[in-house]
Amino acid sequence: MLNKIFPAPRLSLFLLVFWLLLQNSISSGLVVLGAVLALLIPLYTHRGRDFATKIHRPLKAVEYFLVLLVDIILSNFNIAAIILLPRRRIQPALFEYPLEITGEVPITVLASTISLTPGTITAEIRRDGRALLIHALNVADHEAMIQQIKTRYEMRLKEIFKC
Amino acid sequence: METLPAWAEWLASALILIGAIFGLIGSVGLVRLPDFMARLHAPTKNTTLGVGGVILGSIVYFSASQQGLSLHELLIAIFLFLTAPISAHLLAKAGLHLELKRVSRTRDYRDRPEQYSDRD
Repeated sequence: MLNKIFPAPRLSLFLLVFWLLLQNSISSGLVVLGAVLALLIPLYTHRGRDFATKIHRPLKAVEYFLVLLVDIILSNFNIAAIILLPRRRIQPALFEYPLEITGEVPITVLASTISLTPGTITAEIRRDGRALLIHALNVADHEAMIQQIKTRYEMRLKEIFKC
Repeated sequence: METLPAWAEWLASALILIGAIFGLIGSVGLVRLPDFMARLHAPTKNTTLGVGGVILGSIVYFSASQQGLSLHELLIAIFLFLTAPISAHLLAKAGLHLELKRVSRTRDYRDRPEQYSDRD
């Protein structure tokens, strides 16, 4: 019964926070209106969500986000150096990254992570969904890069989503 | 103009400057890098810190000049984090399928490139 009127508690919480950020102020009227919206919108939309995923380790997810944040900042400097240093010979490469994790959401998170971090972009997923195609801007040893992505991100995601 | 405490003024200007510099570097990268795939790297990465700096500057400015915290700029950052990788992915995908020219020293380690093609 509770499940029926309140199908997605995390989505509701997210919507409420989102609403308050949009309003940029907290007053009781706004919180009530936001809470009503946060209850009604999931009722209307949750049937369309066919990729429900459970986060098993919320703390690990926070850690992942912080690691990612630091890496994004470092990657900005990295790319800036490549762009600005005169005539540095870059070594681009296209390589496959074999996936260990499964599930649409974890793979999407990993692909987005790769796109946001140092010198790599996810270009494509293989037809069978078991490998990503990565373009790297400047890489000497692509095997080492695969290992790095694996230990730094994929293993963490595997723990977070248990997949 | 409201008056700001000096530290807030300095902090906000520094953040906006950092953001602007990274935005500029990203644009320079678009011109300097050799091929389509390499050019993709510049805007997807440097805009995150470029826009991030400006957003943080805005948070500092409006939090210090008005009462209370101003956080709705964070929404811009959230949307950027969600959309930047996806637009990069779509552009890369298009570039691959059109088989755009790559600089000759790009090494291609794909075993079976046709696995990534939509053609049957």
